[in-house]
Amino acid sequence: MTTTAKTATVPGPRAAADYDGHLLEVRDLHVEFHTRDGVAKAVNGVNYTVDAGETLAVLGESGSGKSVTAQAIMGILDMPPGRIPQGEVLFRGQDMLTMGKEERRKIRGQKIAMIFQDALSSLNPVLSVGYQLGEMFRVHQGLSKKEAKAKAIELMERVKIPAAKERVNDYPHQFSGGMRMGLILITHDLGVVADVADKIAVMYAGRIVETAPVHELYARPAHPYTRGLLDSIPRLDQKGQELYAIKGLPPNLTRIPSGCAFNPRCPMAQDICRTEVPTLAPVTEQDGTDLPGRGSACHFWKETIHG
Amino acid sequence: MADLAKNEPAAEATPNVSDVDVVADPTKDEAIAAITAPVERGEPILQVRNLVKHFPLTQGILFKKQIGAVKAVDGISFDLYQGETLGIVGESGCGKSTVAKLLMTLETATSGEVFYKGTDITKLSGRALKAVRRNIQMVFQDPYTSLNPRMTVGDIIGEPFEIHPEVAPKGDRRRRVQELLDVVGLNPEYINRYPHQFSGGQRQRIGIARGLALNPEIIVCDEPVSALDVSVQAQVVNLMEKLQDEFNLSYLFIAHDLSIVRHISDRVGVMYLGKMAEIGSDEQIYDHPTHPYTQALLSAVPVPDPASREGRERIILTGDVPSPANPPSGCRFRTRCWKAEERCATEEPLLAVPQRFTGKDTPAAHESACHFAEEKDVVHAA
Repeated sequence: MTTTAKTATVPGPRAAADYDGHLLEVRDLHVEFHTRDGVAKAVNGVNYTVDAGETLAVLGESGSGKSVTAQAIMGILDMPPGRIPQGEVLFRGQDMLTMGKEERRKIRGQKIAMIFQDALSSLNPVLSVGYQLGEMFRVHQGLSKKEAKAKAIELMERVKIPAAKERVNDYPHQFSGGMRMGLILITHDLGVVADVADKIAVMYAGRIVETAPVHELYARPAHPYTRGLLDSIPRLDQKGQELYAIKGLPPNLTRIPSGCAFNPRCPMAQDICRTEVPTLAPVTEQDGTDLPGRGSACHFWKETIHG
Repeated sequence: MADLAKNEPAAEATPNVSDVDVVADPTKDEAIAAITAPVERGEPILQVRNLVKHFPLTQGILFKKQIGAVKAVDGISFDLYQGETLGIVGESGCGKSTVAKLLMTLETATSGEVFYKGTDITKLSGRALKAVRRNIQMVFQDPYTSLNPRMTVGDIIGEPFEIHPEVAPKGDRRRRVQELLDVVGLNPEYINRYPHQFSGGQRQRIGIARGLALNPEIIVCDEPVSALDVSVQAQVVNLMEKLQDEFNLSYLFIAHDLSIVRHISDRVGVMYLGKMAEIGSDEQIYDHPTHPYTQALLSAVPVPDPASREGRERIILTGDVPSPANPPSGCRFRTRCWKAEERCATEEPLLAVPQRFTGKDTPAAHESACHFAEEKDVVHAA
């Protein structure tokens, strides 16, 4: 459900002294797939930034485009059938989409760690989790087996896996779904996100529909989709009534609804939502005070966040 | 230490066979009559007693010799009441899925009994076993792999009728399948489609429709929503609750997601290493847990809402889950327990209402297998 792009807190050989922009910046990224049913528009103009040491969690359901965005950034997108018709992925200002394979490979893994949470299958079942995590450090930083193992433990601790030291030699099947999620961070569990991320971008049908610092998103969502998602999680501390469920299904990416892609499922939809695509606009307090880092792509974000 | 054991009040001990209304040595027809008789709401429909499943560990190729056993389920007892949902939680490897297979008679129990309306189904065969199997159905975790991709939805949902033709005569099956599709919220016109034409949530609805086909009384659900997206998960959970009321079903709901289990369950059992650590109503287990393992498990659940996160204590367990082939002596949880004392290594705690709470009018007075059972609220903000 989430991809977390963790910019390297692992220090790289080159310091950022000569560069003061964002560590990672994704600009107007588009990804499409040619399928028998037509062109599936998986990513439709995604923008975000990640600064040094920051963890961005990208939240979205299957088909939201979160994993495809991540694959495009890491340069592991299968092309064809995938295609990137537009967009830039800037690492320290350099476009990774146009640089050579070798150069990109060095950045990937060493400078940007991507933790995929739904990719239960992305771990090899016959190799220990520690070995697979450590591989990243062996290949990219040339660390010894022992050093790589220590790094793997560190990473497992960072994503809050209990008893990381003892569990580093375990195999993927020995991790519960929840823990495996923590490792490869794409989760069904919004609670995990709240634990490890600094900021969240919520994706729906290939677009970012809301951005916010973690705690603010949970406390005051500014997009009806985010609010629906949060309301549909049962609570541990009280017995609820019937769960809120967002009606309908996510759209077919070859036939994304016009206007706001969420409009057929949205309880707040008006005529404008069926005709005009809402842009990701800054979200403010009722009195106009700036809310740093917050944005919503909803024509009615004011009504959503301020009631 | 040893004489403490003698003070254990026998009446408080784990329910045993003596409290089951057993249908003794039934003939085939008697067994079938008992199995098909209705059970009042709130009466036990399934009574599990001292159930054990050991998987032998063998060595050698030609001359296999048993060198040990994985004690997947090692003596558990519980009741499932008509019309209720009993949640079973625990980490992977605690034996909860093996319990599901034993109840489905997909595995043969090493020892112990599973009484279904008073008849021990572990001893049944032939016609009587078939009658039981019709009444206990299962919904599986992964809607992507549990449906045969080469069969149409109509064939998948209608397949149980091939084995139990008495439920729906051949000419009536198509109509019955379309009815089932409608019941689970799918368009009856989809009957000729294949699984790949459906989303994950829709596939799980197909799995549920198939589980309902034979009008069962009990549905064993093994992680039925954990592979689904959050918004779809809510739809399927709501559907399952609706169907329970509509068809008077009893659910055994096995899952690792403690929030979902709380939402759907009337009672909850917590398993650890093949044993039941604690069992009680959802309020007793979540708001008044007395077993240290339950407390640790609950405290480790990440809570999304920042307001509820503040002030929550997290209990981090040390050490690994021990191997079920060689579980610790005494209390199995003692190797990871912060309360463990000498007694815990020598004396196995029974699943019973702890002595200090017996006869007291407190939600802490529920069955817990701990020598030092003590209430601790780990779910609510301090």
